Formats: sequence, structure tokens, C-alpha cells
Amino acid sequence: MPAGFFLLVAALVLFPTPAPRMAFVFCGLCVEALGLGVAVRGHMEARGESNR
Amino acid sequence: MNPIIPPPLPLVMSDAALVLTLALLLVAPLAVAGVALINTGLGRSRSAAQALLGNLAIVAVATIVFAFVGASIAGYLPGGPGGAGHAFQLAGKSWNWIGAGPFLLGNLGAAPAQSQLAILFEFLAVAMAAVIPWGSGADRLRLSAGCAVAAVMAGLVFPLFAHWTWAGGFLAQLGVNFSLGDGFLDAGGAASVHVLGGVGALAVVWIVKPRKGKFPKEGLSTALPGHNAIYVLFGCLVALVGWLAWNLAGAVLWLHAPLAALPLTAINTMLSASGAFAATYTVTRVRFGKPDASLCANGWLAGLVASSACAALVTPGQALFVGILAGTVTPLLVEVLELALSIDDPSGAITVHAVGGLLGLIAAGIFAGKAGQLTAQLVGIGALLGLLLPLAYFLFLLLDRFVAFRVDPDGERIGMDLHELGGGAYPEFVIHRDESYR
Repeated sequence: MPAGFFLLVAALVLFPTPAPRMAFVFCGLCVEALGLGVAVRGHMEARGESNR
Repeated sequence: MNPIIPPPLPLVMSDAALVLTLALLLVAPLAVAGVALINTGLGRSRSAAQALLGNLAIVAVATIVFAFVGASIAGYLPGGPGGAGHAFQLAGKSWNWIGAGPFLLGNLGAAPAQSQLAILFEFLAVAMAAVIPWGSGADRLRLSAGCAVAAVMAGLVFPLFAHWTWAGGFLAQLGVNFSLGDGFLDAGGAASVHVLGGVGALAVVWIVKPRKGKFPKEGLSTALPGHNAIYVLFGCLVALVGWLAWNLAGAVLWLHAPLAALPLTAINTMLSASGAFAATYTVTRVRFGKPDASLCANGWLAGLVASSACAALVTPGQALFVGILAGTVTPLLVEVLELALSIDDPSGAITVHAVGGLLGLIAAGIFAGKAGQLTAQLVGIGALLGLLLPLAYFLFLLLDRFVAFRVDPDGERIGMDLHELGGGAYPEFVIHRDESYR
């Protein structure tokens, strides 16, 4: 997730024109979403685990 | 890093605006009261007193910690409106990343009324942001752990984002530095309060794990319905009053909206909540055959949360659209989180506050009608998810080693009221006799 944010900051700094900047900001958010997905999967309880 | 003095705000508030904003901020705590009622009603009866006491304790802890530490990090300038901070230089731009306000609100009394109102707004905001994760940990999060979470939220997590957004931080400067509209806009605290509270709730839920018996080995997850729909639904109405005041005060303080624009902001807030309620009512009616009271309450609240970001920036039609979108997404996402992702969130805070807030922020970017505004909003969202969610999670994980988040199995069995307070919220009733007296 932090990597996605730094990609997003890089997009701001490196792309002065709106279209590629917007595209790379969106890419940064996609990377963050991927990280979030991995984190969610990593925390999913195995069924019945919470009953112990 | 160089300490910097931010430029003064472009508008000095008139006396009428100051008086009105103060009056609004005195009503705004009703939003916190509404959320506290909703959190309590959505928990179980054997944890009701602990849940409501926890809300009070969290507001108290968050207020004290914010006064001691957080306000300094959030950064404000006693001599004038705006925020002091530290900045570094990157690619020729100044990135103001942390505040440097005086310790323990020094000289606040001598500051202009506008600065004092801004700080008061932040006190209310930090209380709300700290209360949100408490609802998600209902029925198993210990009171001391809830207070510790509130201290972390109020001492570091909230102040950082509040500085970035409201006190001249790098998100507020996106317009000046990168020509992205007016910079990141968050007049009603959709990001600083609700998304932040929602990601805090997600971190708490990950650490505290689901309630006992919530996800059995086989079959669907067990329904553990809230114990009092009256608290929940009345909480929605109380929250509406607070939200109206909150959104109007935010519009005056952070967007410098003229007084003539405030009725429209109030109407947009109501339209967003109403649209969300109607959408959730319809979705649950279609899916379950009958409307679901707790989900409808969640939908209403999601509409209010979405309005926090955009009520002052959109037309009534757009506010209604945003509300309908939030109200449609809410019941579906609550189901996905529980059934597909095994996330046990009794208050629905992750969906209502985090996702509702994100929808509002994106809508503000789309409908504000300024070039680059959507990009600015996305950068702010990226900072929330990419920096503050991991920060909150690791701080809470560290905290869990010193103050155990989850109650022991015996405490969960007899209920948080008996275990932590020694008495229940409803002493004249025998509650869960099969378990409590075994």
C-alpha cells in the first residue's frame, strides 16, 4: 500500500500534463487496492477458528 | 526540513459568520451522540453498558490526548489563521508534512476567533474519528484497549491527516503546487474523520478477530443481530441534527462559504441521507422480502457520511445521486464483507464510514467542476489508504502487545457488562440465562 502511494507522488512530480498524471495516479491507487486485497486475504479467518 | 509559515487564509470571517459557526459547533456533538447510540444498539444486550460507557471514555481520552499532543501535530498558528508546520523540498515544491503548533494549546486564548473555531472543529472531529472503531470492536474489544486506540488516533493518526488537509499541509497545497483544482477538499471531515475512522475500524477488526461463533466451520456465518433497533433508528435522527451543523460549520471554516450558500448545503445533506435511506430500503426489500432496519440505518448514515465531503460543492440533484449510490452500495458491501471476506464488523463502520466517505470524496472531485480536482481527491484517498491505514494497523498491532485488545473467552461468554463493569445495562432482565448461569 505505501508503494502505491509513492507511485502516486511520483506521478505528481514527474508528469506535468493532466492526462498522464491522472493515469499514473489511478495506477498508484490500483497498486494500493492490490495491497489492500492481499491484506484482507491475509486476515481472513479460517472457518471455525473464531469459535475456539 | 524547514519550519514554514503558511499564507494567511484568503478571507477573514465576519462577526455573523463567527457567531453562526460557534452555534453550529455547539450542536455538532449530536453527530457523535447519534453514532454512539447506533454503536450501542447494534451490539448485544449483555455488552450495552460497556459500549455506551466506552463511547464516553473514548471521547474523553481523545479530547485530552489531542489537547496534549495532537493539536501540536495538527498545527495551527495562534497569531493568525492557518497552520504552522515542517516541510521538505522535493522536485522544487514544498511538502508540508507535519504541524508544529505550540504545546498544550499554548496562546490559544490570544488567537483570532477563526483559529479557535478551527481548533474546536478539530476537537469534535477527533472525538468522532476515535469513536468509529469502537463500534466495530463491539462485544469483544476491551474498554482499556478502546481508550488506547483512541489515544493513538487522537495523538498521531488524526492530527497528521488534519494537518495535511486543514492546516496548509501538502494535500491542501496540491492546488498551488500542482494546479490540481483547489487542492484536496474535505469540508465536513469525510476523509479526516470518517474514512480515517473506517480504516481504523478495519485495523481493529483485523487485530481483535471475529466474535465467538460468528463464523462456524460449516454453513453461512451466524447472524448476531443488534439488541435494540430503537437506539439505532433514533440514533440516526440524532445524527442528522449533528451532521447538518457539522457540514455547515465545515463549509464556513474550510471552504469559506458565504452565509447565503448554507441553506443549500443543509438541503444537500438531507437529500443525500434521504436518497441513501430510500436506496437501502429498496435494496433490502428486494433482497430479503422485507426492509432491514439495521441496514437501513447504515444506509442513512452512509448518505450522511458521503454528504460530509460534497454537500457544499454539489447541486441538489447530484447530492441525491451520491446518496442513492451510497445507499445502494452499503447493504451489498456489508454482506460481502461478512459472507465473502469473514470480516465481523457489528456496526458496519467499515462500509458506512470508510466506503461512504470515499464515495463522497470522489463525488466532490467529479462535481466540483474544477480542472484537476478529481486528481487532488484521488491523491488524498491514496494518502489515507497507502499511508494511514498501514500506520494505524502497525501502531494498533504494537499496542495490542501492551494492552490486549480482545477480552478473554470467559468475558466474552458472560458479556462485556458483567466482565468489565460488574453489572449489566438491563439488570431487571435475565439475559442469556443458558450461558451466564451455566
